[in-house]
Amino acid sequence: MTTTMQRPSPETVEQAAKIKPRRRITGPGLLHTWTWLIIAWLVLPIVVMIAFGFNDTPGRYNQTWVGFTFKWYGRLFEYPDLTNALITSIVIAIVASLLSGALGTGIGYALGRYRFRGSGSLNLIMFATMSSPELIMGASLLSLFVSAGAGLGPVTITIAHVMFSISFVAVVVRARVMTLDRSIEEAAADLGAGPWTTFWKVTFPIILPAIFSGVLLAFALSIDDFIVTAFTAGTTKTFPLWIWGATRVGIPPQVNVMGTLIFAVGVFFALVANIRSSSKSKRD
Amino acid sequence: MNRVKNKIAPYLLVLPGAVWLLIFFAVPMVAMLSLSLQEGDIVHGYRFTGHWQTYTEAISNYDTQIIRSLIYGAIATLVLIVLAFPVAYWIAFYGGRRKPTYLFLVLLPFFVSFVLRTISWRQILTDEGPLLSPLRDMGLIGQSFHILGTPTAVILGLVYNFLPFMVLPIYVALERIDPRVVEAARDLYANPATTFRKVIFPLALPGVFAGVLMTFVPASSDYVNSEVLGSSDTTMIGQVIQAQFLENSDYPTASALSFVLMLVLLIGVFTYARILGTEDVMKVAAR
Repeated sequence: MTTTMQRPSPETVEQAAKIKPRRRITGPGLLHTWTWLIIAWLVLPIVVMIAFGFNDTPGRYNQTWVGFTFKWYGRLFEYPDLTNALITSIVIAIVASLLSGALGTGIGYALGRYRFRGSGSLNLIMFATMSSPELIMGASLLSLFVSAGAGLGPVTITIAHVMFSISFVAVVVRARVMTLDRSIEEAAADLGAGPWTTFWKVTFPIILPAIFSGVLLAFALSIDDFIVTAFTAGTTKTFPLWIWGATRVGIPPQVNVMGTLIFAVGVFFALVANIRSSSKSKRD
Repeated sequence: MNRVKNKIAPYLLVLPGAVWLLIFFAVPMVAMLSLSLQEGDIVHGYRFTGHWQTYTEAISNYDTQIIRSLIYGAIATLVLIVLAFPVAYWIAFYGGRRKPTYLFLVLLPFFVSFVLRTISWRQILTDEGPLLSPLRDMGLIGQSFHILGTPTAVILGLVYNFLPFMVLPIYVALERIDPRVVEAARDLYANPATTFRKVIFPLALPGVFAGVLMTFVPASSDYVNSEVLGSSDTTMIGQVIQAQFLENSDYPTASALSFVLMLVLLIGVFTYARILGTEDVMKVAAR
């Protein structure tokens, strides 16, 4: 017991230094492998989805691999109702992301800039919308619409999507506003710019990237949403709802192609946003 | 003049969004509670009668599914901690300049619709699929071996779909650990295991708590995974609520069940947060 308490002799320190690198390689090495295994597991279904978009399957049943073909990319819009569902999804996502972008920016800017009464309860309700199970939000919205006698359709879906996206936009914008250097605004004011000019010429351009990422996030949340949409759609079909309905009769390869294209566009936008922000931080 | 403006400004900015959240998040909860106490049917309409027996009937009819959902959610959450912690640890401490790239890879599934991802798993796990048929040909598994339709498949789907929600908060907590604290532990002759147990793990705990909240709640209320990957033996409460709302239009029972589920989850979350300290959980979850 006492020997371990003693200061190590120079030899043991040297030995430890020699052993250390090896331990560094085995421990983290194992973790490194583990990380890549998990990433491979996460990517596996995506690879399967993309691959089956190239499957030369005879009909709607796209379950077993037959051969490689590009033909589904050419016959992408063969099912009019699938195409309509995709268009509905895109339109709803555009409207919902712009609306929640505007409403969320207001909240995020106010929370980041001012101290005011009620900000605590506002934070709480935002936390609640972000952490409530989608099932409960969807069920309660349906209860509201049923009680109010409102017809379900694209409008109710959009209302729901805006509701669950606002808080995410607000959180992203708030983070940017809080780290904003106020001295830049003061400099603008010193140079004779009024509050209005200062906001639009100085503050707004600085927080614009945050608003942009908030809107992108809202778009991604909206276009992929299934559970809340299922409760607020009525007979309207969005892209995920169409797939859900088609599971029993077979999912045509076109669905895989559309999924692949949505995936590619999403990854593209994320990479662009990432490169822009990283090149900016290098310049700073 | 300016001071008055500064007092009104935040309210004007907040107003539209806050009103939206109030009408379409808070009010619907009240509407759901009210609907659960009404009687009637879809043709003749519903009237408020305070018929609370709907609750007792709903609970006694579907207690199996409620308990099953909580068990599946709990198992999935435990598996998630075990799978996600090493990943978050490695990215936080050894990711170096590539940290954003690794996080991006972990988030990749979010670029594919939830439904499509889950259906893709069914394609992989089906009896004639790329996983089971070679194993069966090699004689490694029996003819009657299935994954689809079993609780294993459902839990696997839950774990898959919510993994990023566990990795991210743990990563955030580990990222914030000052490397000097770890060095100090080493300088004081703590071996790596002790350093991990006494220094790193306690500091990562808020992240684990947040991750548990962000995965257990959606996992135990999910209905997509058990519908796509499960069978009638794995029915979860989400499926019951979905069917009662959207197929049978039995709104009172459906809203009563939703309310029960919400209460169970809320009570669970609050006790959990109380035991472990609300502050930390809220702080990490709010990120």
